[in-house]
Amino acid sequence: MADYQNLFTQVQAVTHPHSGVAIDPRDMRERTKNPFLWHLAGRLGNAQIGPLYLGWVGLASAICFMIAFTIVGWNMLVQVNYDPIQFVRQLFWLSLDPPPPEYGLKLAPLKQGGWWNIAGFFSDGIDSLVVGAGLSAGTGIEHGHPCGLGICSGHLAVSGTGFFPADSHGQLVGGCAVRDLLASRLDSSLFDSIWKSFL
Amino acid sequence: MAMLSFERKYRVRGGTLVGGDLFDFWVGPFYCGFFGLTTIFFATLGTVLILWGASQGPTWNLWQINIAPPDLSYGLGLAPLLKGGLWQLITVCALGAFGSWALREVEICRKLGMGYHVPVAFSVAIFGYFTLVVIRPVLMGAWGHGFPYGILSHLDWVSNVGYQYLHFHYNPAHMLAITLFFTTCLALAMHGGLILAASNPQKGNTVRCPEHEDTFFRDLIGYSVGTLGIHRLGLYLALGAVFFSAVCIVISGPFWTRGWPEWWTWWLNLPIWS
Repeated sequence: MADYQNLFTQVQAVTHPHSGVAIDPRDMRERTKNPFLWHLAGRLGNAQIGPLYLGWVGLASAICFMIAFTIVGWNMLVQVNYDPIQFVRQLFWLSLDPPPPEYGLKLAPLKQGGWWNIAGFFSDGIDSLVVGAGLSAGTGIEHGHPCGLGICSGHLAVSGTGFFPADSHGQLVGGCAVRDLLASRLDSSLFDSIWKSFL
Repeated sequence: MAMLSFERKYRVRGGTLVGGDLFDFWVGPFYCGFFGLTTIFFATLGTVLILWGASQGPTWNLWQINIAPPDLSYGLGLAPLLKGGLWQLITVCALGAFGSWALREVEICRKLGMGYHVPVAFSVAIFGYFTLVVIRPVLMGAWGHGFPYGILSHLDWVSNVGYQYLHFHYNPAHMLAITLFFTTCLALAMHGGLILAASNPQKGNTVRCPEHEDTFFRDLIGYSVGTLGIHRLGLYLALGAVFFSAVCIVISGPFWTRGWPEWWTWWLNLPIWS
């Protein structure tokens, strides 16, 4: 019985890494050339790391991610007056907030949520491009598409939050930070006094 | 009950933990065994007790039927039947039924010469329940800290206990548990999508095998965990989610009694900031 109880691979077969199913020669150029084996990964699953296919959609999604990440991070930096120590200290409490409900579904001025609109545009861009990369990878090796579509519907669900109407208290639009939720009376009265003494 | 032609050879004698050959038989497709009987005993008794409790309560509305745990004043003692004693008996029955079910899985595993992964995984779920209705109440000194048995009432309990700690999402173990639950869903969605994609190739192509599946995820993210690996990953993610759920509730009360947002002040007060 003991043989069957192993939870990790105990003996690894070591061989040349597989370079992947051949795809269109032009696309093959986009695939990295040097897959390698990593013993620790092989303890759980496959030991092989790589190759990675980047392609122009992969590159575009990486660029979109960096833009969105930088916008969020820079806005947080501004909130702590570019103090790197306070940036790390308060990082969990910092947030780039969406526009207040008055702006409806229109774009807001940069400092009143406009940056949030822009960051959202680029992070949605990542999502759709990851789907695109999935689809092109799937097409390249002649899969069906359910995998790409699976990610796609998740993406739609996330974007859908923008379509919630403001309720009578005008508090539900795109809420992400604690203070934008309907329970904000509770939250702000309970938490603000705590945070004010520290932040 | 019809039996598949190859099924008979898997119906082997032995492997029982208790009772020898006495209960070693099948009823239709179901293996019985000693623990099959104890499962039926505890499950039936527990259900009957719930029904009797409902008959003594104010409503037959399925959503509102409630079997509440004893008042806190009973501490860790036994309570009269209609004042929480029923809840105590039903808890014993539930744990008896769940435990019997797990041991029945063990016996079936032994018959088939399989590993014990399924009963072990199920035991983690039992552990989650055990934490809620036994470990945490015992640590806090009263059975009344267990959750009530009722559809709406247990939801009320979850909400109330959450707000007792102001904002439960600030509980670090809760954060971990949620992350693991979501990652479990992500892993299953990607695994399911991949297998369906590989078995539904585009027109004119043959069904795809792990070679294509590996290539897809290597092209996408540079790593494919592999056919065995994805199932290990899924199991560990799911068990981790349940384990940290148990941790997040057992530390709420026995370990931390104030609001969870306040717990994080240790981070803001670290000496390294000044």
